[in-house]
Formats: sequence, structure tokens, C-alpha cells
Amino acid sequence: MNIQEIRSQFPILSEKIHGKPLVYFDNGATTQKPSSVIQRINDYYAKENANIHRGVHTLSQEATSAYENARTTIQQYLGAKESHEILFTKGTTDSINLVAFSFGELLTAEDEIIISAMEHHSNIVPWQMLCERKGCKLRIIPMNENGELALDQFETILSAKTKLVAVTHISNALGTVNDVKHIIDKAHKVGAKVLIDGAQSIQHIQVNVQELDCDFYAFSGHKLFGPTGIGVLYGKEEILNSMPPYQGGGDMIKEVTLEKTTYNELPHKFEAGTPNIAGGIGLGAAFEFLNSLDMEAVLQHEQELLDYATEALSKIEGIQFYGRAKNKTSVISFLIEGTHPYDVGTLLDKMGIAVRTGHHCTQPIMDQFCIPGTIRASFAFYNTKEEIDIFIKALERIIPMLKD
Amino acid sequence: MSIKAKEQEIIDEFAIYDDWMDKYEYIIELGKDLPLIQDDLKTEDRLIKGCQSRVWLNAETEDNKMNFTADSDAIITKGIIALLIRVVNDETPADVAKSDFAFIKEIGLQEHLSPTRSNGLVSMVKEMKLNALKAVK
Repeated sequence: MNIQEIRSQFPILSEKIHGKPLVYFDNGATTQKPSSVIQRINDYYAKENANIHRGVHTLSQEATSAYENARTTIQQYLGAKESHEILFTKGTTDSINLVAFSFGELLTAEDEIIISAMEHHSNIVPWQMLCERKGCKLRIIPMNENGELALDQFETILSAKTKLVAVTHISNALGTVNDVKHIIDKAHKVGAKVLIDGAQSIQHIQVNVQELDCDFYAFSGHKLFGPTGIGVLYGKEEILNSMPPYQGGGDMIKEVTLEKTTYNELPHKFEAGTPNIAGGIGLGAAFEFLNSLDMEAVLQHEQELLDYATEALSKIEGIQFYGRAKNKTSVISFLIEGTHPYDVGTLLDKMGIAVRTGHHCTQPIMDQFCIPGTIRASFAFYNTKEEIDIFIKALERIIPMLKD
Repeated sequence: MSIKAKEQEIIDEFAIYDDWMDKYEYIIELGKDLPLIQDDLKTEDRLIKGCQSRVWLNAETEDNKMNFTADSDAIITKGIIALLIRVVNDETPADVAKSDFAFIKEIGLQEHLSPTRSNGLVSMVKEMKLNALKAVK
């Protein structure tokens, strides 16, 4: 894999921040966009813009087929059986809320939902809201001190009452890769459905939804080199058909009278209103970009970055790592004794280095470790060892400034 | 010295730094001189929680002059609080309530007072002014 060639496809990577070359280590929050995605969105607005699915004019038909082709590209990439199992949403949060509302309508007070102790707030709060609405019970798979799920405990809380298990594929705060295949198989044995929060996955590892046999898979476009405001909910056809619509409006109807409405078929049933057309098409371009990469090489490069950075950081006095799972992606969460993450993040920024500081929308994880937050460096395949060297040098300059 | 004069003094002090790191070295130094809130006053009702850093603030008024003490767990936040307090301490509640801390923008630190920064400083400024308004005679 030629990193310099890949970097040249991402215009923002040549930007300067405070006069210093940008070192972008905040890929867990959002990833940068290749020219092909930027150009595709630009072309759509410049040459193809029209509303989709209804117009008889040429532009509308072209825009419709571009949007629907994007759906097919995503279906093929994820290995879904049908393209109508790919629902466009606003992002992971929207996808999870769709399931929590719509699948949630089928639940009763007797039912239980299982999540884990390492979930992003987006995979906690919708379920808490559902439990308040329906009276069902939320149960938690605990996490050990290395940031790995206690799967033996999972089996003790899993029962015939469990209707849904919602867990993250990869932890945004700790980088842990969960054995979701194991979780899915166990859950299916008791008849429960499984939602996988894939917000941090597809940009790092190959995902095939049929092989995983998950019932729902949720992710955001902007974390995998696509635009913001667009994401996907994959759902098995049979389950999506059994669920009531989430939002009402245009596109999701078959027939409307003032007395009663019948609903459209998948995927339109769950896509009310004029969708984010440019976003969908841009996301299709992002998947085409992913198709052009050798994911094995990506994984290997990211693993090298992780190992290199972990080793270099280990030499810093007073460093403490959070998340030491055996199987983890290129995310490093850490604290340096005697310094506050806010201060470290502020000074790194002045040296052109973008990291995330704070609780990463995972307050329960921070509570378990009894810390207010961490500094998180999260790498993508376009990052380099040279950038890690700059990062380490910057830390060596900053730490003495912050310690008394 | 008036609030405006103190603000100008700070702007002049910062004018000599053209490197960001030097500027922050100075802010960190200032943080060490912050009039600290007494430990027993660090109660829940004096705590301003930000997502990034936490701030404690206490306000007192004597002879129609305001006196703030504060603390934060982040040292840069502390330095910026020290600047804010330096400007308003010993001033009348009426003057503090009117103050807009425009000098912060002038010295290039407005990012720390941005609501999206979530470091407790925006809420702290609001709290300072509320305290001042309550104390206006």
C-alpha cells in the first residue's frame, strides 16, 4: 500500500493548522474525505440535482438511479441479501433510534434488552427511552479492566425474555473489537434479535452482515470517508417487514386517504420525506473508494501504527493506557499523570495535532475507570509513523510545561 | 484601575508573544497565581461542570467591591480564569455585570470561551455576572 499516494487523494491532509502541517489523529470522531467523494457530491449538485423517486423528467430519473445505485454498492460491500435491506438514515444514532422506536413497538413490559458496559451514549439512551416507554428491562454485559466484555456474564443474563441484544462491534473509546459473532449466535439460540453498532467498524475491518447473521447493523457515513448526515441501517427483510414505520410523510406511503394510509414497501417504508440524496450518492462514492483499497493491507498498516505508537507512548513517564484488549483497532486512549486531557489537547492543537479529549460520549466507561476522560488518538490508514513521531515530540515538549 | 485599563494592560502583556507555545507558557504561569477558592467552599453548588474540565467559583461582595475566587482541574482553564478574575476583582458589581471580557478575543483566546468548547468557562462567566447582578445595590 502506497501511503503517500493514498494521502494525495485527501486534500485536507495538506492543510496547515497554526502554521504547522495537520496531523489528524481524530479519526474515531470523523474521517477525512477523498477527492472522489468530494467531487461526486459536487457533480451531483452541479449536474444531476433533482428530487427522486417520482419525477418523470430526465434529471429526476438520473438522480434516482444514482441514489439507488449507491444503495446497491453498499449492499454488495456489506454482503446483504437484498438492496432494500439497506435503509438510508442520518447516521448511527438515527439508525439505532429507528430500531428502538419501531422494533420497540413490538415489545411489552415482560421483555428484556441487553446492552454492554462499553456502549456509546447512542447505544444506551434510545434503549433507556424505550424501557421507559414500554416498561421493559435493560440489562448490561459487564466489562473487565482491560476493556473486554465479560461474555460468560452475558450468558447468565441472556434468557427467553431477551428480545434484543444491542452491542458495539468496536469500542470508540477503547478500540476493543468484540466477538460479535459469538454474541449473535448465543442470542439467536434464545430467539433474541441482535443489533450491532458498527460506527467504528467498516473503516477498519471487513464486515459481511450475512456471515455475521446479525439482524440489524448500524453505521455512519462520515466515519468511513463519506459525508456527514447520512448513515445506514441494515436490517433483515423479514424483521423490517414486521416492524411498523418510524416516521410518516412522503415516500413512505402507498396510498393516503384522509381516513387511512397504507405503507410503501422496503426500503421506502422507513425513508419518509425527501432523503439526503447528495449524502446517499456521496456515501456510495465512499464505498467505491473502500472497494479500491486492499483491506488486508489497511488492517496491517493500522496495526503497525497502533504497535508503533503504543511502544513510543509507553516510554512516557506516568502514562496510563485505557483499553488493553487483546483484539483492538488503531485507537489509543491514555492519560499522563499530573496533566489534564484538556490542557494536553489544547497544546497539541497549537502544534497542528488533532486528538480527541473528554469522555468520548461513553461516560459509563469513564465511571468504571474512575476518570473524567482520556486523550484519544485514533488512526486511519492515511496516517504515518512520521506523524506519530511528531506527536511524541509534541508530547515531550508539552508535558514539562504542564507539570509543576 | 478600571476594568478597561486592566484589559488593556493584559492585551499589552500578550502582545510580546507571537508564538502560541510561549503564550500558553504564560497562561500556565498565570494559572499558578489564581486566587484559589478555599477547599471547604468547593461544594456542589459552586461547581460548574463542563464536559472537558470543571470549574469552582465563589463570589463575595464587601464595600460594594466584588471578590471572586476559583479553581479548575485543568491548568489552562485556570490561567484563563485568572485573567478574567484579575479584570473584575475589586470592581463594583454594576461594572462587573456590564463587563463583556472583549480582551479575551483580542489576545486570541476566544476559543476557550466558545460554548462548544464545553470547559465550564462560558457558564463561569455567566455565573460571575449573575453574582454581580445579585449584588448590585
